Amino acid sequence: MDLGLSEEQEMLKRSARDVLQHECPKTLVKQLDESEEGYSPELWRKMAELGWLGLLFPEEYGGSGGSFVDLTVLLEEMGYNILPGPFFSTVILGGLPLLSAGSEEQKEDLLPKVAGGEKILTMALTEPSVSYEASAVKTTAIAANDGYVINGTKLFVPDANVADTILCVARTKEAADPEDGITIFLVDADSPGVEVTLLKTLARDKQCEVIFNNVSVPGENILGDLDRGWPVVQEMLQKATVAKCAEMVGGAQAALEMAVSYAKERVQFNRPIGSFQAIQHYCANMVSDVDGSRFVTYKAAWKVSEGLPAAMDVAVAKAWTSGAYGRVTLTAHQIFGAIGFTMDHDLHLYYRRAKASEMMFGDGAYHRAIVARELGL
Amino acid sequence: MDFRLSEQEEAFRKEVDDFIQKELPAGWTEESLYWPGGYGAIPDFEEINPAADRFRKRLAEKGWLAIAWPEEYGGGGRSHIEQAIFYERLSYYRAPGPDVGTLIAGPTILRFGSDETKREWLPRIAKAEIRFWLAYSEPNSGSDLASIRSTAIEDGDDLIINGQKTWSSGAHVSDYAWMVVRTDPAVAPHKGISLVIVDNKSEGITIKPLINILGFHSFNEVFFDDVRVPKSNIVGEMNQGWYYLMAALDYERLVVSIGGLRRTLEELLEYVRGTDGNGQPLSGDPMVRDRLAELAVEIEVADVFFWQTAWMLDRGLIPNIEASVLKLVTTELSRKLANTAMDVMGPYAQLERDSKLAPITGRVCTGYLDCISALVGAGTSEIQRNIIAMRGLGLPWS
Repeated sequence: MDLGLSEEQEMLKRSARDVLQHECPKTLVKQLDESEEGYSPELWRKMAELGWLGLLFPEEYGGSGGSFVDLTVLLEEMGYNILPGPFFSTVILGGLPLLSAGSEEQKEDLLPKVAGGEKILTMALTEPSVSYEASAVKTTAIAANDGYVINGTKLFVPDANVADTILCVARTKEAADPEDGITIFLVDADSPGVEVTLLKTLARDKQCEVIFNNVSVPGENILGDLDRGWPVVQEMLQKATVAKCAEMVGGAQAALEMAVSYAKERVQFNRPIGSFQAIQHYCANMVSDVDGSRFVTYKAAWKVSEGLPAAMDVAVAKAWTSGAYGRVTLTAHQIFGAIGFTMDHDLHLYYRRAKASEMMFGDGAYHRAIVARELGL
Repeated sequence: MDFRLSEQEEAFRKEVDDFIQKELPAGWTEESLYWPGGYGAIPDFEEINPAADRFRKRLAEKGWLAIAWPEEYGGGGRSHIEQAIFYERLSYYRAPGPDVGTLIAGPTILRFGSDETKREWLPRIAKAEIRFWLAYSEPNSGSDLASIRSTAIEDGDDLIINGQKTWSSGAHVSDYAWMVVRTDPAVAPHKGISLVIVDNKSEGITIKPLINILGFHSFNEVFFDDVRVPKSNIVGEMNQGWYYLMAALDYERLVVSIGGLRRTLEELLEYVRGTDGNGQPLSGDPMVRDRLAELAVEIEVADVFFWQTAWMLDRGLIPNIEASVLKLVTTELSRKLANTAMDVMGPYAQLERDSKLAPITGRVCTGYLDCISALVGAGTSEIQRNIIAMRGLGLPWS
């Protein structure tokens, strides 16, 4: 048993903390949150240089062959500092399916560009029903000429506003089993008929509505096999869920540290408020939430990374971490009092993201339903 | 990162599991009313149980009773991960095992006792020949233990002890008190405390039963009137008792009922699968599924805290925060388990063990009462939070 990070992972963690602290101060975070694009091209280039964008890809595709656990270490730091932008969409929603299902040609073409910071990807999966089940995929792709024509509406698609390529999950066949007949298409975001509308959200993350209106896609743009795209989506979703947990763990850690340091400084009744047991116990509860989230997330990440069955652990991690991040940021707000209720303060950045992350890839109730199934109920 | 047990550890786990299944009296796990984290229904605290004694003796023969001690003192010399494996399995079967002697008295003697003290006490503890009870709390000293008033005054080669202890679990079925007494009233409270071993048969000791809310005689009030104890029974140095007490916390860190939580959840799962609720199994009810899943999630969280603590101990790290969090989450979970079980089972859950129709041996009914003790005993939840906040996060005292 080895429940700690490796030396290399500790180094990655330290360097990520350092880089983000310097290159992505909260002033920039707030500026990006309010911008249309939501990311800094300069910082994006820097991340490419640091090898973050290709961390998970084999060297032959311009990556550094890191493990999934390595990636979660990096994501934890991105959550800790807050890094606005399409890293998650590009590497996880786009990069992972490409890596696992892409043809040699597709991988050779796209992955080095992703690693080099030249291409931004995302996946258009959920629709107005906002379900992560296969049966919710109603967008159709109908064979025509040498390719396909896609029609449908995708909703809450992250970073489609800046994506170069959208992995569109569409139904190519009606079958008794809803998981059968789903195909992933690599769609150039500039294709005629792709209409992207940026939605204004609580966390100022760049979620979009993407309407596909008779969008023609050549047949060679199918990712993986025709009609057999769902397992690829599922595999990605499992990793994305753990990856989101890692981000949340980092964010919760940051909120805890902010609150504790404020509790030590803020004096009322002639003593630091951190000397009051009411505040101390809030902080202790936060520790239990943050550490518990980290440990279950690492366990799920490790299992996923090793390719072990992880359905239960992933659901446990997301169910717990979703609630924990919310509780931690809310408690932090209680400790900060009025000052935390200002735009100038940083805490709301975390409080907003806690809710957005909770909803992404299924909330607590959704994942508890999976846990119940895994328990054999 | 690797969450797997090593091959050797897996083999040990299997050995422990096989041993318990073979040696534990038939029906023990099912009949035991032990509630994870609770203190009110531990059979050893109530009466001397020959079956439990036999089991403990068999553990001793294996070298597992004092599993963490060096082998030269009859211990198992096992790693913390192996201890964790052992405690997890024992609690899964609600089996008797670790007690005050093996978890608190023995390890403290090992670390701070003189050679003579070691020779006198350790082998007998490791062989399950003697039992200790914990003489800490007093009527006016609970969470603020350093305020104890029981005194021990030097008189030649002896100490003369006067005072009262309370919540003394198993005092009536033990041989010796592991007792904290005030030996210097003139100094700061925690600097004048000593640890001393007192023979229960000493003249001047009166033990009066206290009946806990389950209706069991698990604890007592114990009165000390001019009880004479040889000074050689002082553990370590005089007036250093408080520091020994704090250090002793290290040895109990892994004794949380992680396996017991899992076992009881499994029984609940089985219950809802096999019980009809309006024409379909209870397990089909979305509320029931969500509540049990919530428990399962929290047990997984507690589980990773458990292994994390063991792993840290093996690496020579001091899991201050982790150990307090572990105690906090497992005991709060004990309460949640009881309350969820009550809600899920509905009116049947109120049926006591001896009642007709009582589900899972009436364990939920007693557990609902017993879980209260989990959050109070061995440092209340509030004390754990104080430790996490002040010792862990460095928040100020004032």
